[in-house]
Amino acid sequence: MKGLAHEIERSATMGAAAVAALIEGKQFPVVEGRTVTFVFRGDVDEVRLRHWIHGLPQAQPFHNVPHSDLWFLAIDVPEGSRMEYKLEIVKRDEHRLIQDPLNPNVALDPYGANSVVYTAGYAVPDWSLHDNDARPGEIRDHEIKSAAFGETRRIQVYLPARYRPTRRYPLLVMHDGEDYVRYAALKPILDNLIHRLEIPSMIVALIQSRDRLNEYADDARHAKFLAEDLVPQLESHFPLVGKPSARGLAGASFGAVASLAAAWRYQGFFGNLLLQSGSFAFTDIGKHDRGAVFDPVVRFVNAFRRQPGHPAEHMFLSCGVYESLIYYNRSLVPFLQKAGLDVRYVEANDGHNWENWRDRLREGLSWLYPGPLWMVYE
Amino acid sequence: MIHHRVVLLGPQRLQPTLNKAVAAARVSGPLAAITAGWEERESEDQEMRDHLGGHTINLRVYDRAEDVMRRDPELNAAIRERQDRLRVQHDLYRVRLAHAMAAARELLHREQTDGYSEMLNAEREAAIEAVRTLDGFHLMKVVDVHHEFEDRLRPLERSIVEHHRREMAHILNDCGALCVAGGHVVALLHRMRLFDVLGLVEHKPIFAWSAGAMALGERVVLFHDNPPQGTGNAELFEEGLSAYSGVLPLPHARHRLHLHDRTRVALMARRFAPAQVVAFDALTRMEWNGSSWHGDKGTLRLTEGGVMTQAGAA
Repeated sequence: MKGLAHEIERSATMGAAAVAALIEGKQFPVVEGRTVTFVFRGDVDEVRLRHWIHGLPQAQPFHNVPHSDLWFLAIDVPEGSRMEYKLEIVKRDEHRLIQDPLNPNVALDPYGANSVVYTAGYAVPDWSLHDNDARPGEIRDHEIKSAAFGETRRIQVYLPARYRPTRRYPLLVMHDGEDYVRYAALKPILDNLIHRLEIPSMIVALIQSRDRLNEYADDARHAKFLAEDLVPQLESHFPLVGKPSARGLAGASFGAVASLAAAWRYQGFFGNLLLQSGSFAFTDIGKHDRGAVFDPVVRFVNAFRRQPGHPAEHMFLSCGVYESLIYYNRSLVPFLQKAGLDVRYVEANDGHNWENWRDRLREGLSWLYPGPLWMVYE
Repeated sequence: MIHHRVVLLGPQRLQPTLNKAVAAARVSGPLAAITAGWEERESEDQEMRDHLGGHTINLRVYDRAEDVMRRDPELNAAIRERQDRLRVQHDLYRVRLAHAMAAARELLHREQTDGYSEMLNAEREAAIEAVRTLDGFHLMKVVDVHHEFEDRLRPLERSIVEHHRREMAHILNDCGALCVAGGHVVALLHRMRLFDVLGLVEHKPIFAWSAGAMALGERVVLFHDNPPQGTGNAELFEEGLSAYSGVLPLPHARHRLHLHDRTRVALMARRFAPAQVVAFDALTRMEWNGSSWHGDKGTLRLTEGGVMTQAGAA
């Protein structure tokens, strides 16, 4: 034990007042190099750190300063990391998961919010924050009549600033697109990257599914919806380039599976894939242990690995090294390259969460859709 | 063709200063405008008209070039072929440039060792000279492509080009000055060159900013120190229209360049010397009177020592 945690241990021998003085005015968790020290104060029986870092024990117990309500834990986290977590509080056999009351930093997701700690070298990217200089695009509601699903589906469409019907725009379809807007700052990111000329003015279709675990898991109806309903209707309604090189699919987790599966089923139709933390589970031998929801995913990835074909010209993959999915994503890269695909793969010291996916969007979008950065000086 | 009066301004979108510059120059008559760098948005110039508050006539250079492409298929095909050749030439240049720039940067970063500083300095000089030689070679190859095109196609003698030139000459005859806006620098440069617009301006003052300022210079340099992809090596694109000499304008420099990085600043200044390499950010201004420059206070140039200093006479 070192750093602040060591100081707390030492101060504890001088009484609770000494410990209180030591932590007075500090914002927690305290980050010292690779050491992160968490503190909790409260009349409880146990405190545990709950996180989702693959490879570490997922519930790490805090230490109690004797004769006090102060609990602390120091752990080792690499520099440049984002780590999301909750505290598990135990009192009289009652377990509660809470956000860290001493940490104002939270990361939102569809299930609520987690506390988040940033280690040295990590900063929220400036291109993900609202920029007054960037002309804002617009998000409109739109309806797609789906023969594949036999119903009309509501989607949203991002139109870039200075949108004009006489131009031709590239298209990106984002699975869980409304979640990308809500939790991964997609709207300011598109506005900013277009303003900075790092990507071209483009149209982004934001799709959601009420049944994503089934529809995104290599469901033939979903692929048909994308290629035969959504894209043709968008291309007839909006001024889109309408060529594979200017069409793309994007998604995270099961959304990445849906993107790859649809492009695989409709080879030559989508030119660009942005796949974040793809749930690309496969088996070389035996059965997988990820539950029934992964059965169709594993069947698809196994079949894809047997016969990859050419699902897209360019594929950008990213994954957090703290995810259990890192193994599958890393495995896929040399395989895709061997199959002759143009692949860019990046890793980050982060987990399976929306801010990880947010932080990789600049690199992925600007690689798949390079903007006129070098040519335009307004 | 060197003009006797050119005013270069910082970017105009957020803090426009064009009206003040025009007023200070006591321009009489309407202002002719070139917004071809905005490409298909060329005609969306109401904001600029409102800002100037006077009579402005857009020369519609982009639209005229599109008309030429439609009505002169032979010229259109030759322009496309020239673009392909230029693209290949530029790709080849970029391969060599990456290595030459990496060597120059590494040597500029290397610490001086007691007793051996002369050896290091000699290598640094040679490395920068290698980059300059490469730039010069590339420029020569690009000029060859353009000369071959012009000798073969003689664009200024083609009827549709002549027609548009006559119209523009007529408009310019009634105007007191020309302003050239920014945007896509190559779209702007090639279209202005197609019509030899500067040949029609005579000695009227020219106001230019961003890509407009770049296109009017002797050499067009594309630059960005922190692109999301690639190495961020400034690239010599091709010759400009040479309305002025002695200044290499870098629009949006504070955003596009690491001006606090002494090595990068020094390399840029030394690579493009003897031109003054000038950062054109908002509210900056330099004026060329046909033989020398005057820079407004706060208009800064990159120096060979790696720092920024007031731009001025050259």
